[in-house]
Amino acid sequence: MPAPIRLRELIRTIRTARTQAEEREMIQKECAAIRSSFREEDNTYRCRNVAKLLYMHMLGYPAHFGQLECLKLIASQKFTDKRIGYLGAMLLLDERQDVHLLMTNCIKNDLNHSTQYVQGLSLCTLGCMGSSEMCRDLAGEVEKLLKTSNSYLRKKAALCAVHVIRKVPELMEMFLPATKNLLSEKNHGVLHTSVVLLTEMCERSPDMLSHFRKLVPQLVRILKNLIMSGYSPEHDVSGISDPFLQVRILRLLRILGKGDDDSSEAMNDILAQVATNTETSKNVGNAILYETVLTIMDIKSESGLRVLAINILGRFLLNNDKNIRYVALTSLLKTVQTDHNAVQRHRSTIVDCLKDLDVSIKRRAMELSFALVNGNNIRGMMKELLYFLDSCDPDFKADCASGIFLAAEKYAPSKRWHIDTVMRVLTTAGSYVRDDSVPNLIQLITNSVEMHAYTVQRLYKALLDDISQQPLVQVASWCIGEYGDLLVSGQLHCIILHT
Amino acid sequence: MRFMLLFSRQGKLRLQKWYTATAERDKKKMVRELMQVVLARKPKMCSFLEWRDLKIVYKRYASLYFCCAVEEQDNELITLEVIHRFVELLDKYFGSVCELDIIFNFEKAYFILDEFLMGGEIQDTSKKSVLKAIEQADLLQEVLIYCYIDQVDL
Repeated sequence: MPAPIRLRELIRTIRTARTQAEEREMIQKECAAIRSSFREEDNTYRCRNVAKLLYMHMLGYPAHFGQLECLKLIASQKFTDKRIGYLGAMLLLDERQDVHLLMTNCIKNDLNHSTQYVQGLSLCTLGCMGSSEMCRDLAGEVEKLLKTSNSYLRKKAALCAVHVIRKVPELMEMFLPATKNLLSEKNHGVLHTSVVLLTEMCERSPDMLSHFRKLVPQLVRILKNLIMSGYSPEHDVSGISDPFLQVRILRLLRILGKGDDDSSEAMNDILAQVATNTETSKNVGNAILYETVLTIMDIKSESGLRVLAINILGRFLLNNDKNIRYVALTSLLKTVQTDHNAVQRHRSTIVDCLKDLDVSIKRRAMELSFALVNGNNIRGMMKELLYFLDSCDPDFKADCASGIFLAAEKYAPSKRWHIDTVMRVLTTAGSYVRDDSVPNLIQLITNSVEMHAYTVQRLYKALLDDISQQPLVQVASWCIGEYGDLLVSGQLHCIILHT
Repeated sequence: MRFMLLFSRQGKLRLQKWYTATAERDKKKMVRELMQVVLARKPKMCSFLEWRDLKIVYKRYASLYFCCAVEEQDNELITLEVIHRFVELLDKYFGSVCELDIIFNFEKAYFILDEFLMGGEIQDTSKKSVLKAIEQADLLQEVLIYCYIDQVDL
């Protein structure tokens, strides 16, 4: 019986197929061979066959008949078998199939294996796709590994614990003792995963949150060391020391400082330091600044620090990198209610973003612009927004029109201005105006008694120009019906389009 | 991170890693839809978009798109760095990596990803450390092939 075709040979062969049908034929042929090999319980080539099956699965072909084979591979003592077996389990199995529970015993054994790479495989699999039942059964083993001095295993156990907690929140308590000295580790892998674990626990339980607040000084110290320390080649990214860890610590500090005066005060200095000293020339520095800004805005920070944060966002808006402009607009949108005045100072930059080429940026800029409209800036802002309405994508027109109507209703400096604005929207984006705006507009016109003549004449003229936009036609028809006498009997006023 | 996808400009899937339990049928549908959305993006657009209720972060490296779905509270800018780190790891491992490397050695690409991320989070922020672990595991695999008669390579 010849050895089954090698994985890479199969890949090469399948790639020569010129049509979908040809490919399907090759796949079916190979699947048949693999199936009979499985039936014969061939131990030597099971690994190779499952690997091939995984490739075919990625191409979109069914591979469920390989599920049990993955379990057999995991149970094997050979390292290659385990590697492919666990990979197969992660790709082909999930908690919906009962068969996944058969993995539990194997994983338990492998968690205690003499080779750390095997332990690593089982931790990874459990940490990626372990079901609630599996997590319940194996949490004890994970907890043990969380206390080991082997940093390779400890870091993995921490993330595995995160998954266990996500699946079975009641088990959180049992991991508490093991977290005691996690932050004293020097190993960055353990530090990073520990911070992730602590974050998960604090997010899920107010009790844990209160308990871990005492870690703030230690976290501040670790962050300070990262910033002040010299060049460390192992963790350096564009001149910044371990930005991934910095970002995670900033996020945990955010959670710990929120709503708590003492904690917020304890982290004030380091936040100011990171905000002012981080290099902004590359994305990585800006990623840290971004996280810092989010933290400053969420905790009980001093007003000076908050202004610093908003100014960072303001600078982001001027950055050439569109990704940075995007996150700036998103963040400003979140803070515009609470720090309205500070955000107002960046209004002109925000309005400039309405002309950006990127659709997501334009949308954010539009939302933010509406949030910034007030009695003082209504005329100027409306000019920009009406211009935007003229030129923006059809997708935006409905939202923009509604936003303009709302803003006009709240802050119109005069009735005439209000009517003119409404007219402008109806004539330029009439077909995109929402149906529910029509009754509101009619109400507006009814209430502006002194403007009836002006309004009906302008609407009539608009209809003469263009009768295709339904909301305009609806409003105009109603108006002409109500005030037709004013239209017919009155002098013809010179209508100057108010821009 | 909810999931990570690697796909080519022609819409061929090269790697898919799911960090949440999702039905096979749903996975296929999501992959198909998301690939369409991302492939339709123009070069000038930003790397972030909203799709369904998720935040998507994507970046193109040569002929491959690296695409991640992250949670509401995740930092998009650092996710770009996570993607970049993964690319660097692949590059170091394969020596100037290209799409063909990922196609012919997809299982190795998964091994590297699984040594770098777990449950969507970074296991180790040291490039050196991750590469060393993969190297050691590969060595273990190699050595054992010589030791055991019935251990074969793929």
